Amino acid sequence: MRRLNLHTLGPIVALIALVILGAMLNPAFLAPANITNVLARSAFIGMIAVGMTFVITSGGLDLSVGSMAAFLAGVAIMAMNAVAPALGVHWGTILIGMGVALLGGLAAGWLNGALVTKARIEPFIVTLGTMGIFRSLVTWLADGGTLSLQSGLRTLYRPVYYGGIGWITWPIITFAVVAIIGEWMMRHSRFGRHVEAIGSNERVARYSAIDVNRVKLMTYVLLGLLVGLAVVLYVPRLGSASGSTGVLWELEAIAAVIIGGTALKGGTGRVWGTVVGVLILSLIDNILNLADLVSPYLNGAIQGVIIVLAVVLQREKSAADER
Amino acid sequence: MDSGRTMTVLALRNVSKSFGPIEVLHGVDLGLEPGEVHALIGENGAGKSTIMKILGGFLDPTSGELLLDGQPHRFASGPQAEAAGVVVIHQEFNLAADLSVAANVFLGREAGGFRLDHRAMRAGTAALLDQLHSPIDPDALIRDLSVPDRQMVEIAKALSRKARVLIMDEPSAVLTHREVGALYEQIDRLRAQGVAILYCSHRLDEVAHLADRITVLRDGRVVRQALRGELDESGMATAMVGRELQDFYPPKGQPDAAPALEVQDLTVPGEVHGVSFTLRKGEVLGIAGLVGSGRTELAEGLVGLRPSHGEIRVNGQPTRVRELRDAFAVGLAYLTEDRKEAGLLLEKPLRENLTLAALERFGRVRIDNRAEDAALDRATAEFDIRAPRRDMLAGRLSGGNQQKLLLAKVMLPDPRIIIIDEPTRGIDVGTKRQIYAFIRKLASEGRSIIVISSEMTEVIGLSDRVLVMREGRIAGEVAGAAMTEENIVRLAMGVSSEAA
Repeated sequence: MRRLNLHTLGPIVALIALVILGAMLNPAFLAPANITNVLARSAFIGMIAVGMTFVITSGGLDLSVGSMAAFLAGVAIMAMNAVAPALGVHWGTILIGMGVALLGGLAAGWLNGALVTKARIEPFIVTLGTMGIFRSLVTWLADGGTLSLQSGLRTLYRPVYYGGIGWITWPIITFAVVAIIGEWMMRHSRFGRHVEAIGSNERVARYSAIDVNRVKLMTYVLLGLLVGLAVVLYVPRLGSASGSTGVLWELEAIAAVIIGGTALKGGTGRVWGTVVGVLILSLIDNILNLADLVSPYLNGAIQGVIIVLAVVLQREKSAADER
Repeated sequence: MDSGRTMTVLALRNVSKSFGPIEVLHGVDLGLEPGEVHALIGENGAGKSTIMKILGGFLDPTSGELLLDGQPHRFASGPQAEAAGVVVIHQEFNLAADLSVAANVFLGREAGGFRLDHRAMRAGTAALLDQLHSPIDPDALIRDLSVPDRQMVEIAKALSRKARVLIMDEPSAVLTHREVGALYEQIDRLRAQGVAILYCSHRLDEVAHLADRITVLRDGRVVRQALRGELDESGMATAMVGRELQDFYPPKGQPDAAPALEVQDLTVPGEVHGVSFTLRKGEVLGIAGLVGSGRTELAEGLVGLRPSHGEIRVNGQPTRVRELRDAFAVGLAYLTEDRKEAGLLLEKPLRENLTLAALERFGRVRIDNRAEDAALDRATAEFDIRAPRRDMLAGRLSGGNQQKLLLAKVMLPDPRIIIIDEPTRGIDVGTKRQIYAFIRKLASEGRSIIVISSEMTEVIGLSDRVLVMREGRIAGEVAGAAMTEENIVRLAMGVSSEAA
């Protein structure tokens, strides 16, 4: 019944083409070390983008996720540094830091969602506001500089980013789990169905006895939680946070969602598409770094072209459906 | 020119139209003459909208000819047809919601040069609206207008186009009694001025009243053409359906004495003021009244879609309904009048639409797609939903099938009390009859039904008892032999029977 057309498969075809292109340009591309590197770097944006898929599918938007990540990283580092003298260099300290990041993400997402649903402010405006607030708070907390994790804790925490099962590191595993659960939720859960219904026509959803505000709020909370999770895995990478942490993550996440075939106006969500979109974006970056065909400085330009192209293809798809 | 009565201004000669392999019009002949109202009637899917689109320049015929002033002609586009004086008023409004009434009326032909002449446009719009006896402010934004007011703006816009041919697609469907009167007056005026009017409508009474000539379409063919007075309402209905329409309305039932729903002093702030009534088990209760009399607001207040206060008892139990979920929980359901904007997700397949309001019945954690498919099979059979493909989008169904799908969706949680707002708006005679039979069947199963309708014959034909609303209050109740159009209109308009 489900017709597989080129438009639905477009992102996957593009991804395969990129892999082939990468392998042709540089044999090192397919080396496990490089693949691990690409996937691990995709993981942060990837987890956030999965959450973003739900927000966008319900007809919302969240511009604050990059700043939120920086702010949560800063707060988690400060919390760990603060309890370290009492608890020592110990996993308990790190667990407290993780808890702060996750709960902070939950609270930040709830704040965005509550402003959208209870105060009835446009998501664009709300998250433009909180984007500035989070960014400014982390800069203030770091006093314009960098918040660094105590070196003992940093050594202890490091394996959470660099370790894993064989060459598959924890961020990759977590991203995969998040993606699978996200895809399942969108496709098979009541929540996913409600999210799509609200994005498709909010009034119809309300007239179908769906608690529209609660579902919308939950999408922002879910996204906040996933930002917290990304932070949990990001902090051990550098062990620090500053005002420039996570800059433009929001746009990369939104771009990945759009490339993956989720409509920006909401109604149809494709989590697997988002995952493919994230991989496409990081592969372009990686290939440009490995091959000296084009300057890596043009990365943004190429990504921009891909985003516009993806939307054009989407439109042709709906035009084809009209007939 | 005005004496040349035999000359058609716009005509179709032996026109057929195919979409892919499917031919939807077969050799249609149709002529529009100046100073004549030509009614085009037929069931949904009979080909009316295709004919309108060909006449309006939006589609080309596959074979046959379009004649403009007797000469074969081809419109490249809708705007080109409009330039030739052929103006279409679509059922779906073509108005820019964020612009003012005046800006819409003059859209594309703004007065003034580089700087717009706002005063001239405002004055021109006011004059047109004045002709229509419509008190709409030319500076109001379209988004702030009610649906009937938007229709009036659409008509004013067409009038401003100095049309020679006016094609109207169910213009009266959303108008109130008074506005319909103003519309007829305008049609008479345009007819006297020599405009040729093609009038599509499902309301056979108005066709009999307005039309000088009637063309009946069935399955893409012209099955009957008649002049004024040659075809009465039942004759039209018979020609449309192709069989005798006996027992158009199902026989009435025997409502139980036990009350299913008791409403005491229900108030929806600003809309409905202290309404009380009782609905019995197995009863079909009609609610009539003019558009704007608070019927929909009453229903929406009752089911928690609008803030309201008052006492509600379901099966004798006092019930508080704050949200629609509370209403669902006590078996009270509401079928909206706005099927495209509040009823169905037009961009989603049938299955998602059917189960949307009852998803918790299809699995606790994981939605059971197979159970959903089975439910869709049952619903298509029970409500006779005709869909060429089961994975098609709801928006692709015809209006009648959309309405059946919506009915199936509302019935899926198995409600005991169902409020149906405008059960047959914009759907064809055959489907109407089916829906009437469904409603009566639901009542005979012991469910209780409230039917809100603007169509007098429908309220009377369907209901066991009718409440008439006026200005947010119940103006009166009629039942049995007193259920006549005249009595209902009197109550709705606030005319006492002594005064009349």
